[in-house]
Parts: sequence; C-alpha cells; structure tokens
Amino acid sequence: MNSLKFLLCFGAALLLAACGRGGDAPTQTPAGTDPAAAPAAAAGEVVVYTARKYQLVEELFEQYTKDTGVRIRAVTDDAGPLIQKLKAEGANTPADVLITVDAGDLWFAAQEGLLAPVQSATLAANVPENLRDPENRWYGLAVRARTIAYGTQGTTAEQFASQVKGYADLADPKWKGKLCLRSSKHVYNRSLVAALIARYGEPKTEEIVKGWVANLATDPFSSDTLLLEAIAAGQCGVGIVNHYYLGRMIAEKGTQPIAIRWPDQDGAGVHVNISGAGLTAHAKNRDAALKLLEWLSTPEVQAKFAGANQEYPANPQAQPSDIVKGFGEYRADPISVAKVGSMQPDAAKLMDRVGWK
Amino acid sequence: MSAVPADPAISGRSLRRGADAARATAGRWPLAVAALVALPLVLVLGALAQGAFGGDAEVVSHLFRHVVPGVVVDTLVLVAGVALVAGLLGTGLAWLVSTYDFPLRGFYAWALLLPLAAPAYVLAFVAIAALDYAGPVQGWLRTVVGPELRLPPIRSTGGVILVMGLALYPYVYLLARGAFATQGRRALEVAQSLGLSPRQAFLRVQLPLARPWIAGGIALVAMETLADFGTVAVFNYDTFTTAIYRAWSGLYSLEAALQLAGLLVVLVAGALVVEQRARAAQRHTALGGPAADRRRLRGWRAALATAAPATVLTVALVLPLIALVSWSARHAARDLDADYFDAAWRSLLLGLMAAALVCALALALAYAVRARPGAATRALARLATLGYALPGAVLAVGVFVPVATLNNAFEAVGARLGADWPFYLQGTFVVLLMAYAARFLAVGHAPVEANLGRVTRALDDSARLLGASGLSLVARVHLPLLRAGLLTAAALVFVDVMKEMPITLMTRPFGWDTLAVRVFELTSEGEWTRAALPALAIVLAGLVPVALILRRVDRAA
Repeated sequence: MNSLKFLLCFGAALLLAACGRGGDAPTQTPAGTDPAAAPAAAAGEVVVYTARKYQLVEELFEQYTKDTGVRIRAVTDDAGPLIQKLKAEGANTPADVLITVDAGDLWFAAQEGLLAPVQSATLAANVPENLRDPENRWYGLAVRARTIAYGTQGTTAEQFASQVKGYADLADPKWKGKLCLRSSKHVYNRSLVAALIARYGEPKTEEIVKGWVANLATDPFSSDTLLLEAIAAGQCGVGIVNHYYLGRMIAEKGTQPIAIRWPDQDGAGVHVNISGAGLTAHAKNRDAALKLLEWLSTPEVQAKFAGANQEYPANPQAQPSDIVKGFGEYRADPISVAKVGSMQPDAAKLMDRVGWK
Repeated sequence: MSAVPADPAISGRSLRRGADAARATAGRWPLAVAALVALPLVLVLGALAQGAFGGDAEVVSHLFRHVVPGVVVDTLVLVAGVALVAGLLGTGLAWLVSTYDFPLRGFYAWALLLPLAAPAYVLAFVAIAALDYAGPVQGWLRTVVGPELRLPPIRSTGGVILVMGLALYPYVYLLARGAFATQGRRALEVAQSLGLSPRQAFLRVQLPLARPWIAGGIALVAMETLADFGTVAVFNYDTFTTAIYRAWSGLYSLEAALQLAGLLVVLVAGALVVEQRARAAQRHTALGGPAADRRRLRGWRAALATAAPATVLTVALVLPLIALVSWSARHAARDLDADYFDAAWRSLLLGLMAAALVCALALALAYAVRARPGAATRALARLATLGYALPGAVLAVGVFVPVATLNNAFEAVGARLGADWPFYLQGTFVVLLMAYAARFLAVGHAPVEANLGRVTRALDDSARLLGASGLSLVARVHLPLLRAGLLTAAALVFVDVMKEMPITLMTRPFGWDTLAVRVFELTSEGEWTRAALPALAIVLAGLVPVALILRRVDRAA
C-alpha cells in the first residue's frame, strides 16, 4: 500500500512540476533581456523544425549561437509529421524554419502554403538555380547523389563501366539475382523514380523499374547502410544508394570493396536531391531566421553542413570532404529538383504497380 | 481493456444479479466518468474522421487496387503468426512455472517478464544486424562452412513473426500466469480425481479456465502488432500501418491515410466485439481456493523445464543486450555526455507521469463499469481503450489537430478582446500525456479491470457492515486488494512509454528529446550501432521497474 501511495503521489508531483515547466512555451520572449529593442526581443531566437536529424545539425547550431548569441530551438521528426504540425498550428506556429532531406517534402510544404517566399541576394548568389524553388520559398543546402554502387571483387572499373552505363542498364536480365535495392517506401527512391519519369515518361520508367524488381538478389533493405554492407559481403553485386552512405562507411571503417559508378554520364546525368530549408509562412522571427539561412549558405559553413554527412555543398564555392572528392567528378541531372519533387506521387504509384516492396 | 474479462471465479449469474442491483443504486455518475475517460480518444477519432473527408478519390482507388489487397493478407499473416508465437510462448511458460517445480523456477517466474523492457524495434535491428547475410554470424559460418552457405533469411515473414513474438509474449505470459495462479487447487483436484494426467488436466481443465486471460493477452499482442510501425519498417514488411504511412508520406494524402486508419479502427472494434461474444457464450463456474501445489520435476524433465525458459530469455533478452553493449562501447566515448543523461532523465519522467495518469484513468474506468455494468458503459470502455490499435503517428495527428485548433481559437478570442492570453496548451505536457493516455489506456486497464473483478460485492457488503463505505471503502478495502493490478499496470505503461516514438516525436514540448527520440534520429539515418547506446538505456531503465514491481506483485500474489 505504501509503495502504491508513493508511486501515485510521486507521479502526481512530477506531473505538476513538469506542467509548470511545460508552460514555458516556445514563443514566450525572455522579458527584459534586451531593454534596448523591446519588439526585437524575439530576434534572439529561431525555432527550427528539422527532418535533417539532430546529430547532423547540432554542432553548427551551437556554433551559430556562440557566434551571434541567437538561440536555436530545434524539433526533429520526419517531414510528414512536421508538415502536418505546421499545418495544424497555422498562424500560431512557433516554427520559423523548416529543414527537410528531400525536395519532394519542400515542394509539398510550399504547395500547402506553409513556406514564405524570400528575397535574399545572398541566397540567390550562394544556391544554384536548379537547387532552389523557382518562387524562392526554399533553398537547397546540401546535395546527395543517388548513384550506382558495385562490389569490386571479381570485376574491374572498366569491365563494370562497359556493362552499366546508367540506371536503365540495371534492368538487364544479366543482373538477375545480383541487384539490391532499398525499400520503395523511402523518399530517396521515390525521388529517383520521379526523376526517371521526368526523363523517360511513365511507360518506359515502369519497364525499367519492373526490370529492377525482377533482378533483385534479396528483399529490399530498410536502409542504404544495410544494402552497402550486403554488397561488401558479396550478397549483392550492385545496388543504388546515396553516395554519402558509402562516404560514412569509409570514414568509419576504412576502405571498402565497393566502388561508385556515376550513371548516365553520356545521358541525363546522376539523379541528385537536396537537403534544404525554407522560412515558414508565419515565422515570428523572420529576420533572424533569414539570417540563419543565409549563414548556412556561406562557403565555410556549407563545407561543414555538407561535410558532417559526407554530402556535396549546395554552394559551388565550398568543397566536399576528401573521401567524397575521391569518388570523382560527375555530371548531375540538371533538372530542377522542384519538378522532381512534384512528380513524387506519380512515382509512388508506379512503384506500387510494379510491386517494389 | 475491455477484452479482458472479470475473474472467472465469479459465476455469471451472481455477476448479473449484482449488476442489476448496482445499476439501480449507481445513478448516472459512472456514465459520466466513463465518457470523460473516453474523451481523448473520442476527440482523436473525431479529428481523424473529419480529416478523412475529401481527399483524392484517385489516390484511394489506387491504394485499394494496388496496395490494400496485398497488405490485408500480409497483415493477417503477421497478426496470426505473432499471436500464435506469443500465445504459445506466453501460455506454455506460464503453465510451466505455475504447475511444476524445478531448479530456478522462482527466478524464471518473474524474469520471464523482463523482455517487456526491450522494444521490438530494437530486437529487430539487432536481429538483422547480427543474423543477416552480411552480419557477423553468417560471415563467420561462411568462413567455416564455405562461401556457398545459404541460411534462411532473417529478413522474411518468419523472421519478423519470430522477433515480434519474442518481444510481445510477456503480455500473454503475465495474464496467463495470473490466471493459472488463481485457478486454485480444486480445479486440478477434480481433474486428478477423474483420472486425468497432468497434460490432460492442462488441456481440458486449466486451459479452458484460463482462456479469457489468454485471449486478453493475445488481444493486446494483436493490437500492438497492428499498430506497430518501427519493427515492420526495419524488416520492410508491409502491413496496414505501413500502407497508411505510404498514403501519407508517399502520396501526400493525409486524407487517404486517415480513411485507411478509420477502416483499421472499425475492423479492430469488430474483431473485439466478435471475440467478446464468443467468450460470453461460455459460462465459467466458481472455483478457486488456495493455489495448487506445484509438482516437483526430476531428472531430464527438470533439466528440460530449466532449459526452456533459459532459451527464451537468452534469445529475447540476453543476446540482444550483449550486442547492444558491444556496439555501445564503440560510441560511448563520443555519445555518453550530458545530453544523453538528460534524455534518459526525460524518458524516466515521462514514463512515470504517464504511468500515474493512466493508472488513475484505468481505475476510474474500471470502477465506472463496475458501478453501472450496462451496455453504455461497456461501449465507452471499449471505445476508450481502442487507441492501442491505432498507429502511433495517426493517433498523434488525431491529438495534435484538435489541440492546435482549440489553441488557435482561444488565442483568436484573446486577440479580439485585446488580451494576450497565456494559453499554451499546444507544446505542453498536457497534450503529450493526453496522447499517451489515449494510446496506452488499454495496457493499464487490462490488469486493473481483471483485478477489480476479484473484489466481490459480498466483500463490499461485509465492509459496509463494519462501517467502511464510499471513499473510505475504496481506500481501506479495495486499494490494498488492487495493489497488484495497479502496480502491474504502472509497470506496463511505463515501459511502453519509454519505448514509444511517433507520439513523443510529434507532441513533445520543446527540448524534450528522449532516449526513444535519439534512437529514432540515429536509426533513420542508418546509424544502427550508434543507436545502441540510447537503446540500451531504454532496456535497462525499463528492466528496473519491471523487475522491482513485478517481483513485489509476485510476492503479494
């Protein structure tokens, strides 16, 4: 009986204490911290909803706070729930910035009227045109290439290059039982298929993807990392992954028996996607948020932002990591990532039709 | 949870007579209480139903043509498989430890509950990382046997069923053990006097008597399986829940997702009603009395009885813990910092708060049904506990939307009156706890309701004769009797909240990143081994209350 009472009382006490702390809500301004500029008191803070996971942005945010005194409050989740949250909160949202890891999600957020257009000479100069929204509602900050990776045991770079020139070649029956893919539920594959639809049209893309599924060595993996490990172990001969997963694997474990073949170098180029950000339509700290975005697009910060995840900086003046440089130069598909994003629902349906799990 | 029955030691007829009498004196308050407890879920379902209107008819027809038929079959296979594995393990082990005596029995009796603390998604990623083709086990075997070795793949229907069965069997075990323990010796004595062997006695007497509890446990397991997203995502196994996510995040149609979710809720509610009807057709007669003596096993039988629980514990808990510890060691230098301990502290706090709240609600609901055991209160109870079958992210949307709407409306009124009303419901613990309560009431309600069924009305009458009535009756007579049920409920809810991801992610207050949030952030970037450190803390933090509380319950029982 005593322990029960204790448990209940303890729980109730915690409840009260925590509710008190919970009342310390996000949009509250620290009264009296900045007597010089009363209305600008909120400029000391930016609230970020980010689908780019915290371990990849934490250090930069801390640095920004140290350099500028502006506090950053971040909430991580997948893009779907974050966008839904923004929608439900409407004009009262505490969020100033939305960061996603895919252009499709930014496209959808913009479509729903959740992002505000931004006029910024800095962003316009730092982010290439095909990596941002034509209406300036969002900007790419890091670029990831969805490329072909293959096991180097038993094949040379020349051999492989002569057999596989592009994504479509992986549908060739000679890869039967050798191809590995990640789950079709993941946004990276949806974006890839959307890019192929933009290139080839739906019927031909459906043929290609059907060929991929017929060539599968094993059920689709739930992550690119597992897929790369399966290539290294010899379960798969070839697969399609985001380049940075291989970069991370090499950074963590050293050289791997895996090489990258940049697809369609004579054709449309490698499918690239972005991790990017936009200002929310109802941002309370608009100026501070814009400053943060501009800061994230500057060359020095870009190298760190992309480097933390072995990605390519969106800003062409910044350099990727040495490991990623080692993957060599490639020609990217110049199509606007916004257009690819808008075709994602079509891609998802196509993948359902061909039975890609 | 409404799927769990009252004590079979009370006969149906006496229950009914008591019910009529109770309804005559109880008035309307039980209905009001039950309605209040069910309110969060009613709000959720209302928001979901409203959101489900409109949407793209083409998306829905696409889903029904290409996605739904496949996932219905896969979902049924998964639920049936997991129910079978968890049912067999849970019932078999419960029978073993309550009927026989063998070395380490006392330890196993409560230790077999410990796998509750390990989230199924953690078990899943450990199993795949260790046992898939590229993992260390198969890699080593290939060096021994030769590179052509092919084992049945862990990433398969069988694999996901086994992993979820191992993670979820404790629910069945917990309830089945309670049933076997309270059946008393007379049932067994009757069986023995009729010349039944222990196995026959089990199949023909003990098992049928325990069926309501086992069914209740399996219903929890089935609901958890239906709502699961983390584990099936790691296996890339498609279920109704993944189809809901697909509609939402792939086809950008929350409306279609909510329509599918609504269908899921209707199906689950239907299944529960059918199950309840089937059970109501059976009549259980009063037995009970002191617990039966356990038969002592000797020789190879004793060895086998000792080895079986050890195997289950090793596979479900010890091996995964070893893997987690070895991975954690790799990243501890970088990740074991103040942030980590803060996250652990927040997880603990949330778990405790939710446990206290759910226990209080479960108690209120169980009393409401007891005081007015009519169709209306029962329906409300069933409604209130339905949240357990809803995918967490869907439920989170269902909680978030009405709260945000209320918040916005309130601030709009404040603005019109020229006042700055400090009304921040959104982004507070109130929302988070309301969502937890809507999700986990079933888990807390099951043991409380089962336990309250044992507090007979005759007992109430005796207590009244001795001058205890009203709240004093509850405090002095009922609560001590309900202790085991409440503590069990608290432990179950606590570990469930520690493991919970989507609701915590969507409705947590600023800065309230928990261990489960860390695991989510790392695993969604494919950093499995780095996720081991927070995952390990979830398991360890869950083990302590499960061990402490359930041992105490055991001693009391």
